[in-house]
Amino acid sequence: MKINSNLAVSDSGFIFNPSNGDSFSTNAVGADIIRLMKEGKKLTEIKKEMSAKYDVEPGAFEKDYEDFISQLQDHFLVSHV
Amino acid sequence: MSSSIKRKLTVAVTGLNAVDSPGPGVAVIRGIRDCEDFDVRIIGLSYESLEPGIYMEGIADKVYQIPYPAAGTDTLMSRLEYIHSVEKIDVIIPNFDAELHNFIKISKQLKEIGIATFLPSNEQFEARDKVNLFKFGEKHGFLIPRDKTIYDVSELAGVAKEFEYPIVVKGKYYEATVAYTLEQAQKAYHKLNAKWGLPIIVQEFISGTEVNIAALGDGEGNTISAVPMRKLFITDKGKAWAGITLEEQSLIDLASKFISATKWRGGFEIEIMRTNDGKPYIMEVNPRFPAWIYLTVGAGQNQPASLVKLALGEKVEPYTSYAVGKLFIRYAWDLITDVSEFQKISAFGEL
Repeated sequence: MKINSNLAVSDSGFIFNPSNGDSFSTNAVGADIIRLMKEGKKLTEIKKEMSAKYDVEPGAFEKDYEDFISQLQDHFLVSHV
Repeated sequence: MSSSIKRKLTVAVTGLNAVDSPGPGVAVIRGIRDCEDFDVRIIGLSYESLEPGIYMEGIADKVYQIPYPAAGTDTLMSRLEYIHSVEKIDVIIPNFDAELHNFIKISKQLKEIGIATFLPSNEQFEARDKVNLFKFGEKHGFLIPRDKTIYDVSELAGVAKEFEYPIVVKGKYYEATVAYTLEQAQKAYHKLNAKWGLPIIVQEFISGTEVNIAALGDGEGNTISAVPMRKLFITDKGKAWAGITLEEQSLIDLASKFISATKWRGGFEIEIMRTNDGKPYIMEVNPRFPAWIYLTVGAGQNQPASLVKLALGEKVEPYTSYAVGKLFIRYAWDLITDVSEFQKISAFGEL
């Protein structure tokens, strides 16, 4: 899964998709995940960094991550590679 | 110390009706005034006495009323000759679909008396007409929704059966209604017929996200500018009240393909419905700048000023970039003026 490269994400979690003008807001966790995805990090690296930063069980993180990715998919913010 | 020379110009512009279904005139004027290459005098050309652009500060230096398109080209030409005798107009920019046919027709006469225009040819104008758009798409490889031109309300049922509901019922020049039943379609037919006359165009409904492109062609197949925008707030008349510039190369390519196929001369707007699987259907091509044209100026591509330069025969280099994520937000403003102003434009046709 690859995040759209031209997606603009502010520190406050405001997301702007310049391809279609859609905008969204996410929380700090979501903004961090998008930032790491934009850096081209893989799931294992994202999991590692997020676990270090936030107090979260790996299993719980993976479930939340999958849920977040499916929301990104619903809004055309990610594409299959 | 710095010095500069600005070209003195007089530009006449129509479409001063900055109302809820606005004409582009005020936005076009703002663009031209923003251009630092000109020292410009703006002549507003109005049809009605309550067009807000007549009275707005810093828009038109002088306003003249002109005859309605139905009065014909001779009447229009004679009025413009009078205005030209007073104002020495360099360029005229007409901005209404309904008046363009007349202006295209008299463009040679205008040139002979020293007034430049930068308009599409009659063939270009007709090719993108709603009535001919589907054929145009077939010829040049553009996706266009199927449509039927009808002259009698009894034809509606048959067309609806072919396209399946919902269908889009469109007026000859402006306005469209999405109809989900035959009754709704008939109501829309009668309303549009009363307002704009026949024919009525019935179009297949395409579901998706509406995106618009404002563009400028140099008449030789080159794209001088193309800026895509998505409406963020739409009025009940379907007009953009807020919008944002997009970054989407496929949309710019589509505008360039249109310009290259038609050798379009002048400004225009393409209305696109992009389906969820990304197919861009051209819904309409408006043969003039849209009312939101000032967004292109804000985004770094001054299309109105470029059109003035092209009209004057200057070489204009194509723009290569614009700011993505630039918004326009339209607003309503109560302008206070005196009845004496209203009286001048109403009684004498000048202000």
